[in-house]
Amino acid sequence: MDLTVGPNQYFWAADTWAGLYDELAQAPVKRVVLGELVCSKRLPFFQDRIPDAIATLVEAGKEVALTSLALVTLKRERKQTASLIGMEVEIEVNDLTALAHIPEGTPFSVGPLVNVYNETTLAWLAKRGATRVCLPPELSLASIEILATAAKSLGVAIEVWGHGRIPLAISGRCYHARLHGRTKDNCQFACEDDPDGLDVRTLEDQPFLTMNGVQTLSGSYAAMIRQVDRLEAAGVSALRLSPQSQDFAGLCRLYRDVLDGKIDADAAEAAILGIDPGQRLSDGFLDGERGADWSGRMAV
Amino acid sequence: MVMEIVCPAGTPAALRAAVKAGAHTVYCGFADETNARNFPGLNFDREEMREGVAFAHSHGSKVLVAINTFPRAGDEAIWHRAVSDAEAAGADAVILADVGLLDYAARYHPGLRRHLSVQAAAANADVINFYAETFGVRRVVLPRVLSVPEIAAINAETEVETEVFVFGGLCVMAEGRCSLSSYATGKSPNMNGVCSPASHVEYHDEGGVLDAKLGGYTIHRVAKDEPAPYPTLCKGCFSAGDKTGHLFEDPVSLNAEHLIPQLKKAGVTALKIEGRQRSRSYVAQVVGNFRAAVDALEAGRPMPEGMLTRLSEGQATTAGAYMKVWR
Amino acid sequence: MPQPATTIPIFPPLFAAPLRTLPLAPLSVALSLYARTVAKTHPRLFRRLGEHAHKRYVLDPTDLPFAILLEPNGGAPKVHVTRRAVTGDARIAGSLAALLGMVHGAYDGDALFFSRDLMVEGDTGAALALRNAVDDAELDLSQEAARLSGPLARPLQKIFALAEQRTGVSLSRPEETTAW
Repeated sequence: MDLTVGPNQYFWAADTWAGLYDELAQAPVKRVVLGELVCSKRLPFFQDRIPDAIATLVEAGKEVALTSLALVTLKRERKQTASLIGMEVEIEVNDLTALAHIPEGTPFSVGPLVNVYNETTLAWLAKRGATRVCLPPELSLASIEILATAAKSLGVAIEVWGHGRIPLAISGRCYHARLHGRTKDNCQFACEDDPDGLDVRTLEDQPFLTMNGVQTLSGSYAAMIRQVDRLEAAGVSALRLSPQSQDFAGLCRLYRDVLDGKIDADAAEAAILGIDPGQRLSDGFLDGERGADWSGRMAV
Repeated sequence: MVMEIVCPAGTPAALRAAVKAGAHTVYCGFADETNARNFPGLNFDREEMREGVAFAHSHGSKVLVAINTFPRAGDEAIWHRAVSDAEAAGADAVILADVGLLDYAARYHPGLRRHLSVQAAAANADVINFYAETFGVRRVVLPRVLSVPEIAAINAETEVETEVFVFGGLCVMAEGRCSLSSYATGKSPNMNGVCSPASHVEYHDEGGVLDAKLGGYTIHRVAKDEPAPYPTLCKGCFSAGDKTGHLFEDPVSLNAEHLIPQLKKAGVTALKIEGRQRSRSYVAQVVGNFRAAVDALEAGRPMPEGMLTRLSEGQATTAGAYMKVWR
Repeated sequence: MPQPATTIPIFPPLFAAPLRTLPLAPLSVALSLYARTVAKTHPRLFRRLGEHAHKRYVLDPTDLPFAILLEPNGGAPKVHVTRRAVTGDARIAGSLAALLGMVHGAYDGDALFFSRDLMVEGDTGAALALRNAVDDAELDLSQEAARLSGPLARPLQKIFALAEQRTGVSLSRPEETTAW
């Protein structure tokens, strides 16, 4: 299996953002998806750094794709989406709006925020030009297996959410702005203070979700370290790692070692918790009772 | 043209109540996971659907069948059968969300009118026109993330009819793009047609203080004299940073009654009322109100005063995203 | 403060008091028979309960000194009236008027819940299924009671008349458009 790095979901300063891709040029990942997924207001802050980042990664031999926005409503968002096609890199469609701009016959990939739940949808996307699909994180292993089998005959690569806080919802409303008593139009970029999102806890102080502007993520970090063999057997060809502020390059190396059988799941788990001891892990969407469940020893 | 009132019916009795109360159109679903209100005790078996459509048609009303979950890999036949059976029952249209199911319906049931469900979260004219050109979609139910001027802008750029929610439950997340429920319970709107399902809800009432837990997570705590909300995740009470409260959305429901004239001006064809889980008495009352409102608008009479707050969740209403400050 | 769904009357304590001594066994038998009559005329109600058709429901009119245990039993329902604390899979509690009004389609169950006039405990899914199935059945308790015959028919009809009088909830099904 290969590793793909998904687009950074959070709002980082442009230098930090660019630094990630300099680092990833040396990381053992095959593919990098970059660009703004979550909020169109963030894009102007690092837009001019994107061409350099792409060049660095391509030079280092990485496959590169540019993500579309997850939810396209405003005029400027439609323009941003339409302009992706001029960038001369593969587009990762994360809202079907992008498809309206991709000419028939142009290959593209499909991100985890497009609803690919069944074979007919997969076949339709393949016919339209999809060569790679990262499945929605809530899919069960049983569904993944059926889709990966179908994908093989369609010549489509199947990827699943491998590590990182899971994108659970996207909204027209900005929760970071709401938390600070502001509207979205006057958000003053409240989300930039939380490089891994803001923890949302229940009334009983149980960690639960993560707030990231208009996006809501899981509180736990999805981690497929214990599921690699089953995913490989199911026909999955890549794991997607989602950028985080703490030692992301180290995390990429760790996953490469897990895939190569150099370290086992327990050692990987200890290493992940070594990066951030407060982290909770989950892999429950595959076949747990619920998404938040963890198959490892330190069950929630 | 008078604006079309599209009403929910979770049961045959609610369908009859809606039709008698003046619904131009009723929407409903089969009693299984093919629709997004797959709640215990709700929805229609095949015979009830045939009878319901016949009843509605005999009163001059239409019936739309919602098949708006995302078919499960390996089990698509269940959803395909629902489309066939909706057509056989005489449905005036099906409401679909999944690309694969739209493709299937366009290929094998070309004569059956296709509406795009709110679950498809089609939020701009480009993607709406794409659905129309690719799958022959004739109407789109707009996601509840748009303001009135944005709706007007969409209508200016598309021939596809638009239907908007005007009353009832309010999803704060883009629908069809939300897995909060399956993260906490394993069951999701997209896969199972349920959000924050009753099977995973526990209430505890101690001395009048009502606690609601979903999948073991405490979602609400309301004091004795406070109105109770649905135990829906996105309307739960949480803390982040140094703040505690309804971080995503207050326990309110949508009421855009007073925006009907603006929505008409914005080019909206149909007004949709949420609530297939509500009783026939609720349906009859809400439908009666909205029918009176659009009739008054058409005749140039003043709009009747609203009176629906007490039926609403948290007994408070909002105009939601239709007013831009909501965001 | 929650607004009341509408003004829901409480069974007057003065009239509820004598019910403390009312013999409950005959009432249980009468209500069981009654429930079976309903089962015969509304088979769809039990189909609609689906997987919940064999659950135990506690219906607790909070203004009366007893609770009702209802077992749909897949279409052969049993009713047991008791003064003792009783447990079931789901408990639905509220004033007699709220409960009857919901059965009759005069009140909306969710609205009663929002206003705290109705409380649900235990298996929430089962409670929802019962509510939805009953709402669809369009029951008319007076008409069903009138259909009863035998020695228990008269006392039951009397009890319904009393309930109707004391709660102000009509036990004949209202027309939908004039329910409120």
